[in-house]
Amino acid sequence: MTDHLDTFRLDAAPMPDAHGRFGDYGGSWIPEVLVPVAGRIVEGWSAARTDPAFLQEFVGMCRSFVGRPTPLQVAPRLTAHAGGAQLLLKREDLAHTGAHKINNALGQVLLARRLGVKRVIAETGAGQHGVATATACALLDMPCVVYMGSHDIERQHPNVLRMELLGAEVRPVDEGQRTLTDAVSAAIRDWVADPDGTYYLLGSAVGMHPFPTMVRDLQSVIGHEARAQSLELLGGELPSVVVACVGGGSNAIGTFMPFAGDGAVELRGAEAAGDGIDTPRHSASVAAGSIGVLHGARTMLIQDDDGQVLPTHSISAGLDYPGVGPEHAQLAATGRATYTGVTDDEAMAALQLTCRLEGIIPAVESAHAISLALDIAAGRPASDTVLVTVSGRGDKDLATIMQYRAAHGVTSMNFADAGDDHHPAPGAPHVYA
Amino acid sequence: MSTRDLRAAFAAAAADGRAALVPYLVCGHPDADTTVHLVLEAAAAGADVIELGVPFSDPLADGETIRNATRVALDAGMSVAGCLDVVRRVRAAGATLPIVLMGYVNPLARYGVERFCADAAAAGVDGLIVPDMPLEESGELLAAAGSVELGVTFLVTPVTGGARIAQLAAASTGFLYCVATTGTTGARADVASSTVELLDRVRNLAGDTPFAVGFGVSTPEHVAELAPHADGVIVGSALVALVERDAASLAGRIGELVAATAVVGVR
Ligand SMILES: Cc1ncc(COP(=O)(O)O)c(C=O)c1O
Repeated sequence: MTDHLDTFRLDAAPMPDAHGRFGDYGGSWIPEVLVPVAGRIVEGWSAARTDPAFLQEFVGMCRSFVGRPTPLQVAPRLTAHAGGAQLLLKREDLAHTGAHKINNALGQVLLARRLGVKRVIAETGAGQHGVATATACALLDMPCVVYMGSHDIERQHPNVLRMELLGAEVRPVDEGQRTLTDAVSAAIRDWVADPDGTYYLLGSAVGMHPFPTMVRDLQSVIGHEARAQSLELLGGELPSVVVACVGGGSNAIGTFMPFAGDGAVELRGAEAAGDGIDTPRHSASVAAGSIGVLHGARTMLIQDDDGQVLPTHSISAGLDYPGVGPEHAQLAATGRATYTGVTDDEAMAALQLTCRLEGIIPAVESAHAISLALDIAAGRPASDTVLVTVSGRGDKDLATIMQYRAAHGVTSMNFADAGDDHHPAPGAPHVYA
Repeated sequence: MSTRDLRAAFAAAAADGRAALVPYLVCGHPDADTTVHLVLEAAAAGADVIELGVPFSDPLADGETIRNATRVALDAGMSVAGCLDVVRRVRAAGATLPIVLMGYVNPLARYGVERFCADAAAAGVDGLIVPDMPLEESGELLAAAGSVELGVTFLVTPVTGGARIAQLAAASTGFLYCVATTGTTGARADVASSTVELLDRVRNLAGDTPFAVGFGVSTPEHVAELAPHADGVIVGSALVALVERDAASLAGRIGELVAATAVVGVR
């Protein structure tokens, strides 16, 4: 029996054009000092993604170190709760370090080693990419510095301790909103100071060419497995809808791309709507942004009329970013994928439901996807299937969850009632025997 | 006002036996009125060209001093249109020195590249520097700027290869900007020996495109050290910090910097 990893390829999706553009989006809007190193990474990745030896090493580590393939499982009680289509969970929360971020971090540290670079830097929001990078650097013996907004350091503290345990240096970023976008800027400024000696390990499918492509290629292991596992689980059928949360968009693009050629499969991204898309406090770049350039890419961006990037908000540090990967902007523009805002409240309700009904504590980021999947499932017949990527586990979020409960005056451990405003009541028939 | 005036300013300084002095200020720091006043003072103190930073919320290539000044300017309401207004006021007050705007691409794109170039030229701007727009992405800007005779400046750095330096010099319709060190803007204690090496390399590759050196250049001593190796010297963060601390002494400082641009002997 195959574990599906033997058919995985890093070059399954095409490279964008020479400028790194996906239609009108993407590109390489970078200071001249980064042009040579970006060129080397483009060349390095173009070669690595088609090199059987590189693929073999990556896949080998996915199996032995990450614990791939991650399971695809039916979620019987969430399905019953939604009362419509069957829900499938792609369990990236079971990947080593607790989120999909490790797929990308390992692949890129392998590339950094191949390029002969001696030092790795990264940004992190939720801390999962920082932990993944620190982990990959420990494994492959690279010094590692992680930039993290000081607001995120507060709300994702367990991950700071994990990074430090793994030997990384965590540098707080005290500028702007002190969140992910400021951490990306700080990391780029570090990179600019030593472009030849430093590898910048970007954690999402954002930024200048070739990061959106490289991160997509590496994270496509999620969708590749999920597609093959769906065919097995569903007797040769594919899911009707595939759902993932979108911060920068790495778990989403990795989930979507292997399904992109399956015209009948709907691709749905869950963006963070924070307090609501009609308020100023959200980070739904595709649903509520406009075209702009940030961190080296032309993409959908939350900005004002003067082109100044606006403050964003999400209860989840990992989705709290004003931009989005350029390929998502392109998928939205062509209509191949659709992006929907999920509020803090909706995500927290879905989080609680997933804990109680499935015995899984999802990351707050992932809970956005689950909330959208529940809504979609509720409106569809039992013969349909909605596959949702659970991008990570929620252990890192206990402080956020406690704060949320305190702010909402919830005293008991059970705040699931909020969820019943948004989703059909439990008791709908099980679709599985 | 045009590319021609910009090139003429470098030529005039050279004819004077000097490198051109190019002070950089953040437009709107601490407010628009002060910027208008400081530009006029800088011109009177002998600055050859003035570079005004158009504030952007996420200035990737800038160090702390300019980032903070940018934040102050934005909080005080500065915008792309506001920068053009500052230039208009400076021109109305009679300043004739070339003015170059340095702005990140997003605010300019949001304003509309073509419209921006037209309005900038009409306001009295002579040139543009867009530090996050590499040559490969610059087609639209070059066309729009060219049609209104705005000079476009590209940047070269210590890690830029020879062939690309030549290419960027040839593409620069304004002057060529030599970034003295890798890293962001910000005052530095010394001039790196690699900076002089870069400039001597550029001298051989730039053809007749004038080139100026900036990033980290802070004191009259730095200026004196670099002036023999470049057509112009840009002083940014050190002056922005001075505006922050003691704006009244800016003109005097610019006078000292201009005095340091004299090139002793022949190149
Ligand atoms: C668990 C989890 N899910 C999702 C994200 C969002 O990132 P992306 O959109 O790149 O998948 C993060 C980011 O930190 C995360 O930690």
